[in-house]
Amino acid sequence: MALMAENISLHISGFNLLRDVSMRVEPGTVTAIVGPNGAGKSSLLKVLTGEMIATTGQVSLNHQPLHTWALEQKAKMLAVLPQHTVLNFPFTADEVVALGRIPHQTGILKDELIVADALKAVDANYLQKRFYTQMSGGEKQRVQLARVLAQIWEPTQLGDQFLVLDEPTSAFDLSHQKLTLEIVRGLAEQGTGVVMVLHDLNLAARCADNLVVFDSGTISAQGSPEEVLTEALISQVFGVKSIIAKHPVTQKPLVIT
Amino acid sequence: MRRLSAPLVISLLVLLLPLVVMCALGTGTVNISIVDIWQAIIGLFSSGSSSSSSNFSSSSQIHTILFDIRLPRILLALCLGVILAISGAVMQGLFRNPLADPSLIGVSGGASVGASIVIVMAGGWIQSGSALGLSAVAAGAFAGGFIATILVYRLATSEIGTSVTTMLLAGIAIGAIAGALNSLLSYFADNDMLRQISLWQMGNLSTANWSRVAMVAAVAALLVGLFPRDSRALNALLLGESEARHLGIDVQRVKRRLIVLTALGIGTSVAMAGMIGFVGLVVPHAIRLLIGPDHRWLLPGSALAGAILLIIADSLARVVVAPTELPTGILTALLGAPFFVALLIQRRREI
Repeated sequence: MALMAENISLHISGFNLLRDVSMRVEPGTVTAIVGPNGAGKSSLLKVLTGEMIATTGQVSLNHQPLHTWALEQKAKMLAVLPQHTVLNFPFTADEVVALGRIPHQTGILKDELIVADALKAVDANYLQKRFYTQMSGGEKQRVQLARVLAQIWEPTQLGDQFLVLDEPTSAFDLSHQKLTLEIVRGLAEQGTGVVMVLHDLNLAARCADNLVVFDSGTISAQGSPEEVLTEALISQVFGVKSIIAKHPVTQKPLVIT
Repeated sequence: MRRLSAPLVISLLVLLLPLVVMCALGTGTVNISIVDIWQAIIGLFSSGSSSSSSNFSSSSQIHTILFDIRLPRILLALCLGVILAISGAVMQGLFRNPLADPSLIGVSGGASVGASIVIVMAGGWIQSGSALGLSAVAAGAFAGGFIATILVYRLATSEIGTSVTTMLLAGIAIGAIAGALNSLLSYFADNDMLRQISLWQMGNLSTANWSRVAMVAAVAALLVGLFPRDSRALNALLLGESEARHLGIDVQRVKRRLIVLTALGIGTSVAMAGMIGFVGLVVPHAIRLLIGPDHRWLLPGSALAGAILLIIADSLARVVVAPTELPTGILTALLGAPFFVALLIQRRREI
């Protein structure tokens, strides 16, 4: 089973935001989407998560068209972390994370344990009783990450689970960037399929099994980071001259500009 | 910002409500002691025994004051307080704005135009103060409120759903049109109509009777029964609409349901008592400052506090300038605003 986009296109008021995009996210793998600003990465995520309906083509989740899943069932399999979440009401961190348990009927006691574990996983257990409105940008982003983790904390009978993250590390310092990638790898090892938009090519190369390079509404290249990241591609897509080296420890490609 | 325990605050409000009702029963142009109230209540349940009482005439007078005049009015205040405050809490959640209030969806403006039209068009007919005339004004208000809400909702709804931001702007536009129409009607109204219109816009519960109480109580019960079912959806909506959708909430249906129920509640309330401002804005906001934004507690807390505030305001309206009385709407603002300011000052450093 998988989260799959087949030949999707998206036209909105005369603009072709997506053109004939096909991709497949397998459970247990990490897919990173990279590309220049305005390439359509966010539109792709919106179509992939059912927030927008593709003009042509189809998105399916676990062999069933995405829009035919009942909303609550879909929420048990697919969690989405947007780039920004504006929350102006003074919830505490654990209340925000508990919102991730809304699709589930597991009871308060169990939810409380999951909320605490999810906060611990993102190194935010010290924030538990603090007000969301008073946190720093990075703290807020970690609490939101904990919320989507809580949403898919346990496997469901319905099918494989997927996590979609839009620039999850944008507000993070170095150590929390690393933590996020570890969380993502850990989820993949437990069988979750992860899709994320990243801006840092080296971060993407380090943690992705599948790297999707996106440009002007369509996929320029996809495959393992080693296959995809070439000097020619980077100059073609980003217009930047670069050198591809090997990371001395991980042996992953390292883009030096 | 220190939060109080939500169950504690709600239990306190639950205890406070009957106390406030009892005090309100006793206050008025004629003061009635707690003992007399008790006797009258006991007398209700043992109807035969009261005739044996020695001062029959005074006890039957008390009976009339309590059960035909004061109780319906207090119950009307209670139900309207519930409707206004719980609708306010729902609108603030739906609009993700702690300063939203039920008038934002145009219902209050539309209702006041509806009422003014009836007052001006059927002027002479209503001056008699007949029950029929008053019901015509109420019906006009209700119709006006509903038409305005439908307009605002339609303006904000496209094929991709209802935009809350557009609704806010449409509400402001419809509100402005309603205000202009109101001024226009006032301009053409004669002195008597003018007085009726402005009295009506100040909000007044003096028309209370048992059939009105029954109507408002039914609406209040409906809202109290249905709104809390969407508590979790409202919590999720505070994150944003797409986030709520990803949490499995059918946002469009929830929105439509909440808007229809609010329009029903506010339409009824404006029809029955005119414009009573401030309860829908201040009460939910204050309760949120006290116990936090979780709608599972916020909705019942707001309903109770709204009922208490409106009963107190209306009791004061009955006594401060006795033997005449003030419009209730003036008192809700006079009472609510300083309380709100006090809360703001106390929590200013922490917000």
